Amino acid sequence: MALSQSFVGRCYPPKGTYEVSREKIAEFADAIGDTSPLSRDKAAAQAAGYPDVIAPPTFLTIINLDAINAIINDPELGLDYSRMVHGDQRFHYTRPVHAGDKLRITTYVDEIFDRMGNDFLNLRAEITDESDELVCTTRAQLVVRGADA
Amino acid sequence: MTADLSAVEVGTQLPPLTARITRKDLIRYAGASLDFNPIHWSDRQATESGLPGVIAHGMLTMALAGRLVTEWAGDSGRVIDLFARFTRPVVVPDDDTGAEVELTGKVTEVADGKATVAVTAKFEGRPVLGKATAVVRID
Repeated sequence: MALSQSFVGRCYPPKGTYEVSREKIAEFADAIGDTSPLSRDKAAAQAAGYPDVIAPPTFLTIINLDAINAIINDPELGLDYSRMVHGDQRFHYTRPVHAGDKLRITTYVDEIFDRMGNDFLNLRAEITDESDELVCTTRAQLVVRGADA
Repeated sequence: MTADLSAVEVGTQLPPLTARITRKDLIRYAGASLDFNPIHWSDRQATESGLPGVIAHGMLTMALAGRLVTEWAGDSGRVIDLFARFTRPVVVPDDDTGAEVELTGKVTEVADGKATVAVTAKFEGRPVLGKATAVVRID
């Protein structure tokens, strides 16, 4: 049941561009109960020094999760989705995401290992803007419980 | 209420945050985040996965940890790093009350114009996030 080690070091290039909209930022902020005007009111965001409304820190889960799913659904990897849990998550920002950003995500398989009968998969993603500047690096650890764990 | 970030020091406590999560909130979060894993909306599939019932998205609990910090800092753009380990599920019953998550935070380090905040998130009195931390610009 071990995950295929051949995936370590693999890089998944961007499938397309994700354009961040004011509406999606507001919808996401609503869903997490974030009432900040910086995520809803362009004038307030600009007064705070941003080009447009800014996204809450976990907003990038939208494209991060999609990139993760593309990897874990690869049958060659041998991952049993029904036994998988999200172990941990990090977002490290160079700058906040704002409406109008055109983002691309490149995902890397950093590590695959097993510990006490469980498989661990460490993924990293680099999210860049239309100038190819790094906006955020995300790291996720996924855990696949062993058959008798 | 926004904090006076220039006065932040090690040991500074953040105003606590209590959030109530109902099934409706899970549906709303699923749509907003595009995370449609059925363990967050189907009792049948949650139970088949060995869970006690429908659980909240770990990323929703992490978002609440983010809110604790951004509401204190007054500007989500100040958060430059956010981390959480998902250690225990938040079970959300199919009723009008839902589940209550209690969040607290404390500054553990101040250096180079940045404060590190350790966040605790509890459900039914027990931690649901491990080593949850945020790094916030305070300059």
